[in-house]
Amino acid sequence: MNREKLLNTAVILLLLAIPLWAHMAEEPFLITLATKVAILALAGVGLNIALGIGGLVSLGHAAFFGIGGYAMGILAAHAQNYEPLAEWPMLIEGTNQMPVIWLVAVVASALAALVIGALSLRTSGVYFIMITLAFGQMLYYFAISWTAYGGEDGLSIWVRNEFPGLNTLVPLEFFLICYVILCAALWFAARLARAPFGLALSAARQCEARVETVGITPYQLRLTAFVISGAITGLAGALFADLNRFVSPTMLSWHTSGEIMIFVIIGGVGRLFGPVIGAALFILLEHLLGGISDYWQIYLGGLLLIIVLYARGGVIGAISGREVAHD
Amino acid sequence: MSLILILEQILNGLQFGVMLFLMAAGLTLVFGVMGLINLAHGALYMVGAFAAAIVAAWTGSFVLALVASLAAAAAAGALVELLVIRKLYDRDHLDQVLATFALILIFSEGTRWVFGSFPLFLDVPSYLSGPISLPGGIEYPLYRLTIIAIGLVVAAGLFWLIARTRIGIQIRAGESDREMIAALGVDISKLYTLVFALGAALAGLAGALVGAIQSVQVGMGEPVLILAFVVIVIGGIGSIKGAMVGALLVGLTDTLGGVFLPQLFGLFMEPASATSVGASLASMLIYILMAAILLVRPSGLYGGQH
Amino acid sequence: MKTLTTMALATAVSALAMSAAAETKIGMITTLSGGGAGLGVDVRDGFMLAMEQAGRDDIEVVIEDDQRKPESAVQIADRMIQSEKVDIMTGIIWSNLAMAVVPAATAQGVFYLSPNAGPSALAGKRCHENYFNVAWQNDNLHEAAGAYANDAGLKNSYILAPNYPAGKDALTGYKRMYQGDLAGETYTKMGQTDYAAEIAQIRASGADSVYFFLPGGMGISFLKQYADSGVDLPVVGPAFSFDQGILQAVGGAALGIKNTSQWNKDLDNPANTAFVAAFEQKYERLPSLYASQGYDTANLILSALNKADVDDKDAFRAALKAAEFDSVRGDFKFGDNHHPIQNIYVREVIQEGDVFTNKIIATGLENHADAYAAECKM
Repeated sequence: MNREKLLNTAVILLLLAIPLWAHMAEEPFLITLATKVAILALAGVGLNIALGIGGLVSLGHAAFFGIGGYAMGILAAHAQNYEPLAEWPMLIEGTNQMPVIWLVAVVASALAALVIGALSLRTSGVYFIMITLAFGQMLYYFAISWTAYGGEDGLSIWVRNEFPGLNTLVPLEFFLICYVILCAALWFAARLARAPFGLALSAARQCEARVETVGITPYQLRLTAFVISGAITGLAGALFADLNRFVSPTMLSWHTSGEIMIFVIIGGVGRLFGPVIGAALFILLEHLLGGISDYWQIYLGGLLLIIVLYARGGVIGAISGREVAHD
Repeated sequence: MSLILILEQILNGLQFGVMLFLMAAGLTLVFGVMGLINLAHGALYMVGAFAAAIVAAWTGSFVLALVASLAAAAAAGALVELLVIRKLYDRDHLDQVLATFALILIFSEGTRWVFGSFPLFLDVPSYLSGPISLPGGIEYPLYRLTIIAIGLVVAAGLFWLIARTRIGIQIRAGESDREMIAALGVDISKLYTLVFALGAALAGLAGALVGAIQSVQVGMGEPVLILAFVVIVIGGIGSIKGAMVGALLVGLTDTLGGVFLPQLFGLFMEPASATSVGASLASMLIYILMAAILLVRPSGLYGGQH
Repeated sequence: MKTLTTMALATAVSALAMSAAAETKIGMITTLSGGGAGLGVDVRDGFMLAMEQAGRDDIEVVIEDDQRKPESAVQIADRMIQSEKVDIMTGIIWSNLAMAVVPAATAQGVFYLSPNAGPSALAGKRCHENYFNVAWQNDNLHEAAGAYANDAGLKNSYILAPNYPAGKDALTGYKRMYQGDLAGETYTKMGQTDYAAEIAQIRASGADSVYFFLPGGMGISFLKQYADSGVDLPVVGPAFSFDQGILQAVGGAALGIKNTSQWNKDLDNPANTAFVAAFEQKYERLPSLYASQGYDTANLILSALNKADVDDKDAFRAALKAAEFDSVRGDFKFGDNHHPIQNIYVREVIQEGDVFTNKIIATGLENHADAYAAECKM
């Protein structure tokens, strides 16, 4: 085992151990924090597929995060009001079952990623950054003025949605759901990176012409990666909304996109566990610095600058001491 | 709707476009020459507005306030370039996005720390306030006409600077081949600092001009920043001409869309929902415009090889 | 790094576990950073001024910054309720944050006293016995503006607000009382800063007055541009765009404008005189509407604590409902849905030396309750 793998194992075990300890010590808020870390890490894992492997700098992933959130909000709101979502062409009822909500969130955000990706991937470089940002803003403004689902006020849900066989209102049980999903996503991302698809995607990032000569269209590769990436981030959005029992346009704002990107980069771009470590550190910083001063974002900004300028490869890079690894 | 009202709205769209141009020009210049994407451009806009508000409060002179906005934003720009931006030229866009995002946090909260959470006061000087009558009976604020004039002068100055002066030659040479002009003995790092400070000064000027008729407050740069991005993406990143065309397109689309869409929907919907639906669609209109243009021309209207 | 993370976590844990032996714990979630922090700072300062004056050492106030993000507010609320076991919560400025936090908090048995936001749902269908609004229901100031428009003989208003729920509520509130015609009704973009197009519409509409609700920087921009446009129709607005913190940034453009508020610093009652003097002395600035609401909220809590223990929820709730404290607004009482029944005044923006401020010129609505009370089944 090399140092990176050791670190990864330690992190994922720690993320499990802390809530278990907190459960026994009756510190439910610590479990909530850990749940937040797991969910935001999941969003980061999604972004990392586009960003780390594919080299697609998307500043619009908040769109998928928000769509996932609204999938949960809309379905659950209809379920709690007993108003069907649509009566024509067929009766569609709301639901408070997590698996159904997840499915809808994944499909909806994948579809959005397909449309946004198909348009955005016609461009590259800075254009790609800007156009993804603009699509995110477009959805943000739409959500603010969409009063049927709360507009800027957002939608709140009385009770957390249900998962068969578990009581999701118990913080630890909801954490475990998120943790298992995160582990599954990590496993999937690791498999993807090593599969022919991931290798081709990575190759397309390094040298487009090389991929084209073996008969693969980079556009299709990237679009597929973007859709997968959006779908995972959308799933994280649905979980995040369930954590807060609330969804609002804030989830769609470009600051959210920036933050998801920050998780990935603090941890280390293209590193499998980068988003996990990044999200954990970010949440920790937010809480420690927030206690020090009203102006804590200055320190956060300074710290970020230092990481970007002097700690290339993020925390994992600094510890494991190797350049970005894609093995 | 009368013809005069339509003309007045077109004028409003032009004026909004010119303001966007001031903001977008610096952004596109910095990208064209240094290949740098700068999210903190909006922070420099804010610096300009704050500097203008403070100097105007001290001296009571609007001209001095404008000078201060140029100087303060240029100084802040040069400082940031020397301390941070300089290290980012060789990095990929991802690092640039992140580092300049961090700069936004530092600038915004730093400004709030120094000046507090309440907006500052900056007003149109008395000799520019109030409306004047234009041919055709349009009553139009003199200050807005002044903004249009200043914007056009700045645009002309920029075209002249780039096409006719020694610095302009170096800038254009820097855009096409960095190593070569360094080899020719041009001090490339000094040139970069200069260009960055120039871009910052333009943003600062925009901030001060706009600040007089809007609210001078922390975070005022962010909505404009995103619009400026839309502008340079439409125009083609790195092209001053593209920034001008893009800014006017966005200004006109946004203004006219906001006015006419609700009325258009009013033709076949009940008034209450028409204003609401129309307003929603209007707020998304420029993004739709951008997507449409990029579909036809993936690197913008006047985009090169960037 | 691993040890560092563990250490940091340990610090976080011990910080959370630290709880004083105070008998009553109040959690305040408010906006202290980013745009809109001015409102939160004022509510906090007003609230803490009252607490300091009371000088009780058995009350602990925990203050947290929500950054104006609903998600942060929800998480802070969870922590305050679950870990810090607060008895009473307060502080939220924005309706969307209140909608995210309040239903869950009151359902968990915590008292919530709103010092600013008053969304209609919480006044009507989703009212709760543990929720008290000390400021106003969101529509109130707009209703008073509509009533004032009638009194002032305005017959053809042009009305505008941002395209978001509070904006729609605002115009609905105005129209509820206003009896004249509408020359136009416009929803602007959220965060819009240029109003040239709207002002041109107003000029062309043949209106005899303008009513607008554009909170924060939007209102400053609108007023400056309106003053510069040469359109000189009378403008009416709610207090939010004319309050102490914001007024200096609007400057002369606001002079003479009528606005509606349940409080002003010249309200003639002993509690208010004392409050204005104490606030100015402590913070070296004039108090705002928000500061007065924070101050009233704290004094309401204190008055209830003097009569009942917070653990005896029924008694404490009854003590809150009785509202026997010296409000800086003068008379103050709660309706059945725990929202204020109060006078709403019309103020005019004036200049006192270098400072722009307001004076009361009329009473817009007397003993006014909100329109949603009947929907509240409590």
